Amino acid sequence: MTGDDLLAAYNRGPHWCEILGGGGASSSHGDDLRTRLAGFSLTELMRRADLAERELYNLGITFTVYSERDAIDRILPFDVLPRILSADDWDTIESGSKQRVTAINAFLHDVYHEARIIKDGLIPAELVFGNPYYREQMRGVAVPHNNYVNVCGVDLVRDGQGRFKVLEDNARTPSGVSYVVENRHMMLRTFPELMEEMPIRPVSNYGQKLLEAVTDLAPAHVDDPQVVLLSPGVFNSAYFEHVFLAREMGVPLVEGNDLVVENDHVFMKTTAGLAAVHAIYRRLDDAFLDPEVFNPESLLGVPGLFGAYAKGNVGLANAVGTGCADDKAVYAYMPRIIRYYLDEEPILDNVETHICREPEGLKYTLDHLDELVIKPVGESGGYGIVIGPRASAAELDEIRAKVIDDPSNFISQPMIDLSVCPTLIDGMVEPRHVDLRPFVVTGKDTWVLPGGLTRVALRRGSLVVNSSQGGGSKDTWVLER
Amino acid sequence: MSTATKLLLARYADCAMWLGRYIERAENLARILDVNMHFSRDARGSQNWRSIVQLNADEKRFDKAYDVASYANVVNFYVLDRDNPTSIISAVRSAKENARSLRPLLSTEMWQHLNMFNNHLSTLSAEDVKPSELARVSAMIKEQCQLHTGITEGTFFRDQSWHFYLLGKRIERADQTTRLLDIKYHLLLPMDQTVGSPVDVSQWNALLRSVAGYHAFRREHPRGMSPKAVAGFLLFNSAFPRSIWTGLSEIDSNLHRLRSDFGLRAGNLAMELVDETRAALESHTPDTVVNFGLHEFSDYLQRQLNAITTEIRRDFCGFEPMTDSGMPDGQMQHQD
Repeated sequence: MTGDDLLAAYNRGPHWCEILGGGGASSSHGDDLRTRLAGFSLTELMRRADLAERELYNLGITFTVYSERDAIDRILPFDVLPRILSADDWDTIESGSKQRVTAINAFLHDVYHEARIIKDGLIPAELVFGNPYYREQMRGVAVPHNNYVNVCGVDLVRDGQGRFKVLEDNARTPSGVSYVVENRHMMLRTFPELMEEMPIRPVSNYGQKLLEAVTDLAPAHVDDPQVVLLSPGVFNSAYFEHVFLAREMGVPLVEGNDLVVENDHVFMKTTAGLAAVHAIYRRLDDAFLDPEVFNPESLLGVPGLFGAYAKGNVGLANAVGTGCADDKAVYAYMPRIIRYYLDEEPILDNVETHICREPEGLKYTLDHLDELVIKPVGESGGYGIVIGPRASAAELDEIRAKVIDDPSNFISQPMIDLSVCPTLIDGMVEPRHVDLRPFVVTGKDTWVLPGGLTRVALRRGSLVVNSSQGGGSKDTWVLER
Repeated sequence: MSTATKLLLARYADCAMWLGRYIERAENLARILDVNMHFSRDARGSQNWRSIVQLNADEKRFDKAYDVASYANVVNFYVLDRDNPTSIISAVRSAKENARSLRPLLSTEMWQHLNMFNNHLSTLSAEDVKPSELARVSAMIKEQCQLHTGITEGTFFRDQSWHFYLLGKRIERADQTTRLLDIKYHLLLPMDQTVGSPVDVSQWNALLRSVAGYHAFRREHPRGMSPKAVAGFLLFNSAFPRSIWTGLSEIDSNLHRLRSDFGLRAGNLAMELVDETRAALESHTPDTVVNFGLHEFSDYLQRQLNAITTEIRRDFCGFEPMTDSGMPDGQMQHQD
């Protein structure tokens, strides 16, 4: 390494680093990148970063914020320094994600049929049947290949020892995959000399893999099934991704008003009249799918769609009712769910979770309140979370009272030291915390997109990677073996 | 031909049509402003800015927002005013919003260009459109619209949506030509006695320049310039790209192609309306049009073009006719 090493002044601190590794052992999988980066000055790196951001904006790789009279396009900040995963790490992630999705699908099939797992006492009935995302209407409905979750985003973090852990499952309509592919394209255009002959596994066939999986869901007797992507429309913040996927799949992007159901069959309105639709990749939540069955106020959905689905005349990805499997309360049971259905040990661990509805979990939580992160199970988006080490005595007293009052509404987890990755910040290369969302696609079979979305918390010290909280993204390289 | 390229969502057909229309409208507005600034002066040597408001039939909305039809007010209203749906900035924004809906079918280059054009327009301020700058800004807008046209010609997949896109563009272009003929009417109405005077000729001259037709006209009419000859050229010339004759024959051809190449059965009534309008055009000569009244004939053509649009949208896209037949405001609002 020459003195020009861009990472010479980089200090990963006490954290695991995605390029350098952690502790005493340093990783070698980032060496090639470091050598190539040595040819760059910081000024040149910043210039390229600038060009890349401008290009993202011009290409309209944006999410859109609507005000009363304007549509404002924003880009997801893009960091040009890639995150690299070794072939070994990827093996763990890939097999662990597949295992998890297989177990989730077995669990969903069970809870919508015999519910053995509940009868066997492994998971409390009210956690499943009382879950707001459990859909009564799905009981006994046959789902193609018994696969309910056709697209799953498994959110992973890496702890101080370099172990990947699952933070949460996204089994409804996970988003972000368009950034994975577009970030790669952007890197190829902006840094050809970093990428040339680098043994990186490709990501650009995602659309075709997704189309295959969704096609697997069409009624078996249809020869050349018509697949469509159902979007809530241009006002949805993920509309860019819907367009991206429709283009990559080569299928029409439809809105609810473009579809109509007649005699339990789905049709789209074309200039030549009605045309049959056989499988739908829907980016619309259950509640909005069909006003006749779910939220009657929904104008985004298609009246009669659920009837056509339940009769097997149209495939839906994901299936209706998957939300009862990716909820925080059920998450805590996921290691047991994997053992129960697959008779295997989980390849990817959960973050250690204490279930307060169970006496040991409650006792541990109350005894270690000031060391733990306490989460209410019914909330999302970070609401109601108390971070023990950062809470005041009064806040700790308050949460103690709440947990004692209603233990089953809480879980607790240790603070996790998220790994870091070198990131270009104001002309310096600094460590910033990252997570990873691999995308798992399942039709008849399961396939995992090599890599996934690396989100990066651009604020110093921040562990929050969400785009609404100053998060950005990086290209994620999985090296060939 | 595979199923995938054969089928077109009705909503996409509509968006393609409006995309073509809005860009054509922005280009024509830029032409009108530019030419009014630099060529059109009345007998007293002053520019008549109100005539532009009149030719777009925008008096009511303009008078509500502005007190006088000064240069600054009219140019602001037609270039920068986001609250005016007939401004250039609104037209390009609407083009982009329709493109956003149509984006699954657009080439990346088309989308990228529209994005940049729209972003650039939104940075313009009053400083950028003051009299010394208007020519430059008009030229920029015109060129960006032409760039869009070129990118589209070279990259847009030629399925049904291409024909709907062209229908929108050609209907708007024909409509704008009728309005340009009308601007003349508005300018000259109070002083009929000056027909043929030097000022008058310079105005017809300006009219031709605004549609890039001066030299084309000279090829047909090397000498002289009578209002009748100019009107005749804009209405009947079969080689001039912005004439009514050309527009109607192109609209007819796109409708035929939709039926012959894509097997669509809709569009009967729209084609009948086009035939009827072409027959009316062919029954006239420059002399009879002027006798009939240029304003009245322009008006008739505009009504026919509106009816053709309504009929295409109804029959191919399933939209019920709008009550307000004039402006297609809010065409992007499919999500209700």
